[in-house]
Amino acid sequence: MANMSNVLGLIFANMHELTITDLTKNRAMASVPFGARYRLIDFPLSNMVNSGISTVGIVTKSNYQSLLDHVGSGDEWDLSRKNGGLHFLPPYSNYVTGLYRGRLEALVGIQNFISQSHADYVIMSDCDCVANVDFKKIVDFHEEKGSDITVVFGKKEFTPEQTKTRTILKVDDNGEVLDVLVRPELSGAYDASMNMFVMSKEFVLKIINESSSRNLYSFEVDVLQHRLKEFKVFGYEFSGFYEQIDGIRAYYQANMSLMNRDVRKELFNLTDPIYTKVRDEAPAKYGLESSAKSCIIADGCIIEGTVENSVLFRGVKVGKGAVVKNCILMQNTEVGDKCELNYVIADKNVVIGNYRSIGGTIDYPVFVNKGSNV
Amino acid sequence: MNHVKKECVAMLLAGGQGSRLYALTQNMAKPAVPYGGKYRIIDFPLSNCVNSGIDTVGVLTQYQPLVLNEYIGNGHPWGLDRVHGGVHVLPPYETASGKSWYTGTANAIYQNISFIDRYNPEYVAVLSGDHIYKMDYSKMLDYHKKKKAEATIAVLEVPWEEASRFGIMTADEEGTITEFAEKPKEPKSNLASMGVYIFTWATLKRHLIANENDEGATKDFGKNIIPAMLDEGSKLVAYHFDAYWKDVGTIDSLWEANMDCLDPNVPLDLYDPKWKIYSRNPVMPPHYAGPSSKIENSMVAEGCEIEGETDFSVLFDGVVIEEGATVRYSIVMPNTVVKKGAVIEYSIVGEECTIGENAHIGERPENVENRDEWGVAVVGNSINVSANAVIAPKAMISQDV
Repeated sequence: MANMSNVLGLIFANMHELTITDLTKNRAMASVPFGARYRLIDFPLSNMVNSGISTVGIVTKSNYQSLLDHVGSGDEWDLSRKNGGLHFLPPYSNYVTGLYRGRLEALVGIQNFISQSHADYVIMSDCDCVANVDFKKIVDFHEEKGSDITVVFGKKEFTPEQTKTRTILKVDDNGEVLDVLVRPELSGAYDASMNMFVMSKEFVLKIINESSSRNLYSFEVDVLQHRLKEFKVFGYEFSGFYEQIDGIRAYYQANMSLMNRDVRKELFNLTDPIYTKVRDEAPAKYGLESSAKSCIIADGCIIEGTVENSVLFRGVKVGKGAVVKNCILMQNTEVGDKCELNYVIADKNVVIGNYRSIGGTIDYPVFVNKGSNV
Repeated sequence: MNHVKKECVAMLLAGGQGSRLYALTQNMAKPAVPYGGKYRIIDFPLSNCVNSGIDTVGVLTQYQPLVLNEYIGNGHPWGLDRVHGGVHVLPPYETASGKSWYTGTANAIYQNISFIDRYNPEYVAVLSGDHIYKMDYSKMLDYHKKKKAEATIAVLEVPWEEASRFGIMTADEEGTITEFAEKPKEPKSNLASMGVYIFTWATLKRHLIANENDEGATKDFGKNIIPAMLDEGSKLVAYHFDAYWKDVGTIDSLWEANMDCLDPNVPLDLYDPKWKIYSRNPVMPPHYAGPSSKIENSMVAEGCEIEGETDFSVLFDGVVIEEGATVRYSIVMPNTVVKKGAVIEYSIVGEECTIGENAHIGERPENVENRDEWGVAVVGNSINVSANAVIAPKAMISQDV
């Protein structure tokens, strides 16, 4: 049984940003809004806390202002601790290296943070997966298998478009990883990495050393793939609900999956809740002749029109007679009276004037930039 | 101990039993009663303190303090976890002379003189923990200083016919209080005390000690301290307040105050980012409105799952309304489940209840022949109402039916 207080969590805040540039123009992947009141980092961060991890480092690269604002001192996740707690790790660069190019170089930059920690194990996670994961089970698996690297994976049907953004594994019945394909083009059912890894602290420090002296920077290519034969690499299959966000379509689908009761029950269960920043908004308020069907709605919304099959973040206002369908409206979006919106993703603080009509399709939802006036 | 001096310390009276809320206050003090979909009554005075720049608050508890103690915790939700000051829960305690329970509002403050003295304040605000209102105490303090008063009492004009329910102030044109009467049968004025006082600490302390030594006194602000200050010729002034203020001491007033949240004409804005009402937020997902739901004129908190109908109602966090169930003109407190086909009308349902299938709670006034028999029905906390049960209007349920 693993003692989770001896595990160091590392969250990579900026990985996979290029897959949803609309949403990551002004923010890190970690602070992409999701599910009416969350940011993507809430999932790995809450998972780590719920698994008993009490020291977490957030590895950032760029655009991390909104992320800093979101996580603050970490107190919403109970990570504002005397011992351990939350550590923000801005990029460590010098005239030789510049900004890091990949996961390995990022680890080089925080080498001291890792080596000074008292942890036995390191769990690394990106922010692209929406899931409720028990890391304790994965560390137990790692110990049991005597593995050097444990990769968490999920089994799904893929299109070539999707595998192009992922790391595909070939795992045998015993859990041993036999092959690693980085960003291939494949279609069918495959085991795909969820970009969560467990290693011992010594092992992490060893690969950091070996890689930096050879100018290697990609963990997936230079370690997982090229040194697969040399190390004991095991895959841990996560069989619960998860959505990996690798594009605006996937982002839309993942949000809409919350309309499914079983998904909500699994993702937001009471024993392992997903924490987020508290905004102290009053409950959502519905007015005269309002209607909401198949919607996920956060506190602070004021709804005077009709909303269907939509996700409304905190403080969204829907005017009288407006009809909002199949939309994702982020924090403080204001929809004017008698507007018609269909398949629209509105970023934060968008104001849509009265009588406007905006429509996209399920495959190409219309994206409205943060703070726009329409 | 060397404490940082504070100009003004607030003392919040939160020991009230709220006996007229019956089933709802069986296991919690009145200030802990849920209100407005996510708040507890005490959030209002606490948030007012923070928003007014008062960062040192003593909360005096006595009756059923468990819920309140846990709720306030270290004060973090209100930003009152401070290095200097912050919120402190002050239950009665035993001393060498054997005293323990708070025997009156004045006695409660008296017993905590040493808490207040640690901050060496010029002024002390004494606040009731029972009311819903948004008020900037710093403006009242400015007024207190400008008037060079020893005590400033916040007052609001109430309808004359209701005046005998309140502590009534008579004030001259300058606002100086000339007379004070606690619940007078024949009121001479309609200026009612809101239970918000600011005192110059040295004066109040002197009076608290004198009152404590007076064997016959009831140790109460309205009955003893204010009259004694008037007798002495201290300057007491009335501070007029004309915004929303509601005492939620009865079932009817608690129901009405919640309904006020839904009325766009009621001047209590809970959505104002400049004067937020803080509360301990449950960790819940956003609420879900199902494909068959019908939601109008309601407040719905996070964690709710609504498949049925709700109109003119306030639903607290984690409430489940199953398909075919209806909630109208009602207040449903946290984590209560309303099963299929159940109807709740003109009712207050407490926390963690289960309302069985096709049960019917309360009734609309139009459907009751004898109006005296009509009233808001109340289901206490953690009650199971079995399937098909009928609960009459005005009923008060404090055990499973």
